[in-house]
Amino acid sequence: MVMFDGEELGRIEEKLKEWREKTLPKWLERMPERMEEFTTLSDIKVKDVYTPLDLKDWSYLEKLGLPGEYPFTRGIHATMYRAKLWTMRMFSGYGGPEETNRRLKFLIQHGETGLSLAFDEPTLVGIDPDDPLAEGHVGIEGVNIASLRDMEIVFDGINMGEVTTNMTINPPAPVLLSYYVAVAEKQGVPYHRIGGTTQNDPLKEFIAQKTYVFPPEAAVKIAMDVVEWSVKNLPKWNPISISGYHIREAGATAVQELAFTLADGIEYVRQLIARGLDVDQFAPRLSFFFDSHINFFEEIAKFRAARRMWAKIMREWFGAKKQRSMWLRFHTQTAGVSLVAQEPFNNIIRTTLEALAAVLGGTQSLHTNSFDEPFRVPSEFAAKIALRTQQIIAYESGVADVIDPLGGSYYVEWLTDEIEERAWKYIDRIESMGGMLEAVKKGYPQREIMDASYKFQRDLEEGRKFIVGVNIFRSDDIDEIRNVPLLEFDQEEIEERQKRRVKEVRANRNQERWKRSLEDLRRAAERGENLMPYVLEAGRSYATLGEIMGVLKEVYGVYVEPPEY
Amino acid sequence: MSSLQSTEAVGGAVRRFKVLVAKMGLDGHDRGAKVVARALRDAGFEVIYTGLRQTPEQVALAAVQEDVDVIGVSILNGAHIHLMKRLMTKLKDLGADDIPVVLGGTIPVPDLEPLYRLGIREIFLPGTSLAEIIEKVRKLAEEKRSREEAVTGVGGC
Amino acid sequence: MEAASIEALLERAEKGNLRALGRLLTLIEHPTPHAIQILERLAKRAGRAQVIGFTGIPGAGKSTLASRVIGALRRRGYRVAVVAIDPSSPFSGGSIMGDRLRMQEHASDPGVFIRSIPTRGVKGGLSTAALAMIEVFDAMGYDKIIVETVGVGQSEVDIINAAHTIIVVTMPGAGDDVQALKAGVMEIGDIYVVNKSDKAEANKTAAYLQFALEREDIGRRESGWKPRLVKTSAVLGMGIDSLVDVIEEHWNFLRESGWSGRKVEARRILMAKMMAESMLSAKVMEAHMESLGYLEEVARTGEGIFRAAEELARRAARKMLE
Ligand code: B12
Ligand SMILES: Nc1nc2c(ncn2[C@@H]2O[C@H](COP(=O)(O)OP(=O)(O)O)[C@@H](O)[C@H]2O)c(=O)[nH]1
Ligand SMILES: [Mg+2]
Repeated sequence: MVMFDGEELGRIEEKLKEWREKTLPKWLERMPERMEEFTTLSDIKVKDVYTPLDLKDWSYLEKLGLPGEYPFTRGIHATMYRAKLWTMRMFSGYGGPEETNRRLKFLIQHGETGLSLAFDEPTLVGIDPDDPLAEGHVGIEGVNIASLRDMEIVFDGINMGEVTTNMTINPPAPVLLSYYVAVAEKQGVPYHRIGGTTQNDPLKEFIAQKTYVFPPEAAVKIAMDVVEWSVKNLPKWNPISISGYHIREAGATAVQELAFTLADGIEYVRQLIARGLDVDQFAPRLSFFFDSHINFFEEIAKFRAARRMWAKIMREWFGAKKQRSMWLRFHTQTAGVSLVAQEPFNNIIRTTLEALAAVLGGTQSLHTNSFDEPFRVPSEFAAKIALRTQQIIAYESGVADVIDPLGGSYYVEWLTDEIEERAWKYIDRIESMGGMLEAVKKGYPQREIMDASYKFQRDLEEGRKFIVGVNIFRSDDIDEIRNVPLLEFDQEEIEERQKRRVKEVRANRNQERWKRSLEDLRRAAERGENLMPYVLEAGRSYATLGEIMGVLKEVYGVYVEPPEY
Repeated sequence: MSSLQSTEAVGGAVRRFKVLVAKMGLDGHDRGAKVVARALRDAGFEVIYTGLRQTPEQVALAAVQEDVDVIGVSILNGAHIHLMKRLMTKLKDLGADDIPVVLGGTIPVPDLEPLYRLGIREIFLPGTSLAEIIEKVRKLAEEKRSREEAVTGVGGC
Repeated sequence: MEAASIEALLERAEKGNLRALGRLLTLIEHPTPHAIQILERLAKRAGRAQVIGFTGIPGAGKSTLASRVIGALRRRGYRVAVVAIDPSSPFSGGSIMGDRLRMQEHASDPGVFIRSIPTRGVKGGLSTAALAMIEVFDAMGYDKIIVETVGVGQSEVDIINAAHTIIVVTMPGAGDDVQALKAGVMEIGDIYVVNKSDKAEANKTAAYLQFALEREDIGRRESGWKPRLVKTSAVLGMGIDSLVDVIEEHWNFLRESGWSGRKVEARRILMAKMMAESMLSAKVMEAHMESLGYLEEVARTGEGIFRAAEELARRAARKMLE
């Protein structure tokens, strides 16, 4: 069923022609347009006005349907935010487990509805705090977790059966998940109540996030172990969060973000099917993670296109039967890269717009960045404002009261179609390369992103794109920056504490059990078995992160990035 | 001038400025470093990119082996004081502290002072234009070349 | 004063000061009088090192393989220098050099010295500068000097006059029937490497190569050496020791047969020829700039353009003689 009947369309066409030929030129003469050409942030050219003519053969039922129904363009749930608001999940963590435990409790106390752990770089790449490479890094960019002991402290006084926790962790995902499960075991929480997410998305590590450890094939294998094990053992766990966020932040356009993320997802689905799993068994546990950038409508269109595309991929490519398998459930983070050092308080406004787009795009959970983003991990003060931003949108603005309120907007629908079409082209290209694993090995998405990020920088330089305070209304007021109260902590003291604790852990554990667990792990890795049960046992035996990753590195090797620029 | 003196004489080739763009420590934020490397290349520089996860000592040795005119470091992970201290010490040990060092990335304003005190010549905060970076890097390279010329009589252009 | 400081630099470099060596390499990159002076001094002492050329299409794994070979040579106690030639941007003349990145693991090894050099518009990239660097490394006592070429262009063949041992690197599936081995390359290699043998099809490529090498016309080098085939996987570190064994074997063969010295001579002759070319072309450039008016006029009418060329060459030659 198309939206307008032919007669009506004919009349609109006539009217529009008249407008273009008579009305508009007169106006333009007096009021010429601000720019020669208007484009979205991702360089999609946009017209002055959109009408039903832009949706000529557009079928409502095919393109949109109803909330909670295929193709889910309007939302994956029939009730959407009228029943349950999105989860307000603030990415947080710094210092040692003690500091982070305090921060989590602070956020919960202020109405946060889900937890999200940010790890420091040593943890992200799987080394212990006393590894020489970790020197000077411990606790700066997130919490340092070196063993089960640290995880126990993070969740001290937090009931793991009642919260869900996201962990932004990739190559060491099996280890951190093991620590999490082991603490839950100690708290007496049954497996079916352990909820949360491990990011565990290896392909985008090579593309964008760069906390890779193992070579691509091995990295994918290990990640799929986590998925398989979780699907069978932790029914509430999202074992993977297929992430466009990092891809976008590394410089991709909205279209690339969408296409590369879905292509990553396609690769994982194939890998899991190849393991003999049934699509409908694991697909409902796949989750996604997107960026919400500053070009308002483009982001909303991207989220809507993403849902429609994934539903189609799951149903038509992979023969999924369950509705849930077709859902694209996603977390969103506002665009860190859109936040700038110049006049930093303006960042609150940027984040508000981006958060609004995420909500209008139907996100399941949301992190809002703090205005101090360009300087350091957020202070309590800044994080609170960021959380309040979501709460104001949720409780005051009324935007959450109607489902997909922009559905039917000529512009938004046209843009949704446009982004979808462009994304399919990328996906076709990647398919022709043999899928994303092959494309990543060839450096294809890496180069595309680099080109896009360089182009954006040049556009800023040459005044085709704008950032207030940076290349328009330029501010060089360094005092305004100096006055931003930053999070303060004694990094050296934290590093010492973490080094001390990991040594204590090594000295005080049951050495026999520990040793055996690592030997078993090595053998399992060599045999190609699913690693999860072995990593879990090593975690329970207080094997440190660096020790477990060390065994795996010996078996699988390490990745060195090829030069791409 | 003898027939070989001018660098123009080398089949029309000029001696281009050479810059090392470096990432140190565990920092994986490479967007800025790569954008800057490209901008320098397009401005005619010869750029050597170290890749990720280098130790400061490796970076210093690469700079010495390549005899670069400027070392450009990109740090966004907050470990700048620690990493830059080590880099500057190693450069000194190698007798290469005449190579100007510049830094870009996530640097909180209170840290600017201590970093300049380590001998870092320029610090580029987020939002710096590429044009400004190119201009300042070129200036430092020129200065270094003319110092060398004064010593050995061999310069570039 | 100048001479004295160059003297000091040489002295420090000889004592193993890396900074001084790095500076020296810069000084000889362009054929200035200083460069000539330095090279004249050093060349006398050079001629001991084995120069190992890695050539083959871009992406075959030359840099990755070279890095592995460096590691193996180090374990055998050799000091290793690398001249890594990378392409320049044809637009700005600038470049981002990436070979080094693959060998960066050796950066902190004092027994390894890696120097990148862009092609700077020289086809194939084997420039006077690269040859001069080989001379310097040789004189400074490096035992093995690895030269990685960009792997494109016909002047790639120049490498046979620059290196003792030429390793042609190829990979499976780089085109049917070793299309990858472009014209000329089948005749120059001392060692053929099928890299990436972790991939399927490696055996096919190797078999084809082996078959080709058994042909009499391409299966023997002037020196009498019969080219060898080695399969490697640079990423997995497979076949590296066999490769280094063959590299050593070839070196022994060259030394015993007296060909090693002849190779050094060939390299120097090539360097002299290339230097002469660049001097001349510089003079052509000068003459060209001075005669622009005349040339433009000829170009307009289209008449006498070849005579003009001759005239240009004559003027350049006169300048050279001045
Ligand atoms: C993009 C981004 C990412 C992307 C990186 C993608 C990539 N491949 O580069 C992703 C999403 C993957 C990411 C991940 C993480 N990030 Co991040 N990220 C950012 C962000 C938002 C922008 C950085 C950026 O690329 N800007 C655009 C480029 C062009 O600008 P730039 O790098 O600043 O470069 C300019 C200048 O600084 C200068 N410059 C920079 N380098 C050089 C070099 C030379 C030679 C010269 C001359 C000049 C120069 O010139 C450039 C042009 O003006 C910043 C916050 C912010 N708004 O700045 C956080 C930020 C850097 N990230 C942060 C953190 C904590 C992380 C994580 C650890 C999060 C976690 N716990 O999981 C991970 C770690 C990843 C890793 N491998 O290290 C923190 C660091 C905190 C600190 N320093 O104390 C920041 C500050 C955010 C915050 N406040 O929490 N991040
Ligand atoms: N599978 C595989 N890949 C390799 C091997 N050696 C190199 N590569 C990859 O091939 C690409 C090109 O390698 P590089 O050394 O830069 O090639 P070069 O252009 O010939 O110097 C890189 O992505 C390497 O990681 C190998 O033995 N096996
Ligand atoms: Mg190479």
